[in-house]
Amino acid sequence: MDAQFWTYLLVGVTFSLYIGIAIWSRAQSTKEFYIASGGIHPVLNGMATAADWMSAASFISMAGIISFLGYGGSQYLMGWTGGYVLLALCLAPYLRKFGKFTVPDFIGERYYSKNARTIALICAIFVSFTYVVGQMKGVGVAFSRFLEIPYDLGVIIGIGIVFFYAVLGGMKGITYTQVAQYCVLIFAFTVPAIFISLQATGNPIPQIGFGSKTTDGVYLLEKLNQLSVDLGFEKYTDINQTTLINVFFITAALMFGTAGLPHVIVRFFTVPKVRDARISAGWALLFISFLYTTAPAVAAFAKVNLINTVSNAQYSEVPQWFKNWENTGLLQFDDKNSDGVIQYVADEQVNELTIDRDIMVLANPEIANLPPWVIGLIVAGGLAAALSTAAGLLLVISTSISHDLLKKNINPNISEKGELWAARISIAVAVVAAGLAGLNPPGFVAEVVALAFGLAASSFFPAIILGIFDKRMNKEGALSGMIVGVVFTTIYIFYFKPQLGGPGLPQDYLFGISPEGIGTIGMIINFIVSLIVSRLTKPTPENIKELVESIRYPK
Amino acid sequence: MKEKYWRKNILYLRILLTIWFICSFGFGILLAENLNEFYLGGFPLGFWFAQQGSIYIFVILIFIYVYLMNKLDKKHNLKE
Repeated sequence: MDAQFWTYLLVGVTFSLYIGIAIWSRAQSTKEFYIASGGIHPVLNGMATAADWMSAASFISMAGIISFLGYGGSQYLMGWTGGYVLLALCLAPYLRKFGKFTVPDFIGERYYSKNARTIALICAIFVSFTYVVGQMKGVGVAFSRFLEIPYDLGVIIGIGIVFFYAVLGGMKGITYTQVAQYCVLIFAFTVPAIFISLQATGNPIPQIGFGSKTTDGVYLLEKLNQLSVDLGFEKYTDINQTTLINVFFITAALMFGTAGLPHVIVRFFTVPKVRDARISAGWALLFISFLYTTAPAVAAFAKVNLINTVSNAQYSEVPQWFKNWENTGLLQFDDKNSDGVIQYVADEQVNELTIDRDIMVLANPEIANLPPWVIGLIVAGGLAAALSTAAGLLLVISTSISHDLLKKNINPNISEKGELWAARISIAVAVVAAGLAGLNPPGFVAEVVALAFGLAASSFFPAIILGIFDKRMNKEGALSGMIVGVVFTTIYIFYFKPQLGGPGLPQDYLFGISPEGIGTIGMIINFIVSLIVSRLTKPTPENIKELVESIRYPK
Repeated sequence: MKEKYWRKNILYLRILLTIWFICSFGFGILLAENLNEFYLGGFPLGFWFAQQGSIYIFVILIFIYVYLMNKLDKKHNLKE
C-alpha cells in the first residue's frame, strides 16, 4: 500500500469525522452560533483555540523557515506564543466578564460610539479576510501536491467542507470540529518528529533529542553548525547582531498582534466563567507549545538529514524522493559546472540546488525513510491546520457583518431568527469569497499577513488594554489613537513592501525595522496619542466608568 | 476591599510580565549572544531560550497567574 492510498484514506476519514461533528452540533440560536452559548469546557476551548491559532503556515512552513534561518527563526517561535501570556493576563478574563459576542462589540460599548465600532469592524474584517485567503491557498496546495488533484478542485473541496460545518454549526460546530482537528494535526506533526529524533539521537523526545548527541557522539547542533560553516553559511545557532533590533521588533509585533487578533480573542467568549477564560488561555498555550517546541527540533533534524543526503552527492544516485520533489518544482538542481555532483553551498555563483522551505516538513518523512502512512498523516494534518484556522476566521467575518454591522449599526429591531439567518448567509458569502480569492490568489497575499499582525497590534491591542486598565480613556482618545496607529502602520508597510509596489528601500527603514516589525511602533504611537488626547478632552461618562469597574471583578 | 483586590491583581501582572519580558526579549534576544557562551547539554543557552525555554516559561507563567488569581478571588469573596 503506497503513500497515495494512505493519503486518500486518512484525508477521507478525517473529513467524514468533521462532517459528522457538524451534523451533531447544529446551532439553534444566535448565542450558539456566535459563542457556542458560552458553554465550552476550558480544556476543549484550549484545544479549539490551539487549532484556530495554528494555521497552514505554522504546520507546513514554520519549521522550514527556521531550518533556513537558524537562530533568526526564533522570532516566529517566541512571537507566536508569547502573545498568549498577554491574552491570559491582560485581556481574556476581562473580556469574558464583559460577556458580549465580538471585539467590535467591546470597542463600540466601551467607547460609547458607533464610529469606534465601525472602525473596529472594518479592521476585524480586513485582518481576518487576508488571513483566510492564505489558508485556502494552503488547502489547494496540499491537495494538488499529494493527491494529484488540480489546485482549483482542491480549493473547492476545502470550501465545501468549511461551508458545510461553518454555516450549519456556527461557533458550536466550529469549536467541536477544531477539537478534532487539533488532535489530528498534533498527532501528524509529532509522530514523524519522534521517529526522526529516535533515528538521529536515540531519544524519542524531539525537544531533548534536539540538544543531544547523534549516533557518532557529536552534539546535533554542533554538527549542524559545522556543516553550515563548511558550506559557507552562518553557524546555525549564531546570533547576527546587526539584525537583532529587527528580531526584537518583529517578535514584539507578532506577540501584540496575536493578543489583538479578533478570531483568537473571541474564543474566550465561549467559556462559562471568568476563571475558565484564564485557565483556558493556559491550556491553549500548552497545546500550542507541543507543536512550537517540536518545530525547531524538526527544523534542525531535517536540515542535517538534507545536507547529508544531497551535499556532494552524485545526481545520478539521488534517492527517489529527490526526483519526486523535483517534479513539483520545490527542488531545483542546476548542474552549473556539469560535474554531475550536487553542490549545495552559500555562494550563489556556485550553488546548484534551490530548495523551497516548505519541503522541510512535507518531504521530511521521505528524507528520513519513514513508512508511507506517515506521509498521509502529514497531509491530513496540514489540511486540519488550514481548515480549522479558516473556519475561525470566517466566523469573525460573519459575526462582524450580521451582529456588528446589521444588528448594532443598521437595524437594531431585527429578530433573533432573522439575525441567525443573516449570520448564516454572511458566513456562506464569506466562505465563497475567500474561496474565490484562494482560487485566484492575489500575489501579495503572503505579504499582507504582515499587515494583519501589524494592524491588530496597532489598532485593537491598545484600544482594548486601555479600555480595561485606564478608566480615564475616552472615545476621543481611543479613536484618534486607533486611527493614527493604523494609518502609520499601513503606510509604512505599503511604502516598504516592493511586492505591494512600495518604492522604499531597506536602508531607509526607520531604526532598521522591517515592515513585519513596524506594528510595534504603530502600537506605541497609538498608546501615546490615546493617552494625550484623552487627557485633553472631556472625561469618560459615569456609566462607562461603572462598566469598566464591573469588568475588573469576576463577580 | 475591592480596590485592594485590583491593586493586588496589578501587582501580579507587573511581576509576571517582567519575567515574561526578561525570559523572551532579554534572554532570548538582547542577551542571547552572551548566554550562548554557556551550554545546556548540546544547546547554546541563548539559542535554547529563544527556541525552547521562553515557550516553556510562557506556559508556566499563565498557570501561576491562574493559581494566584483563583486564590485572590476566593480571599476577596469574588469567586463565581
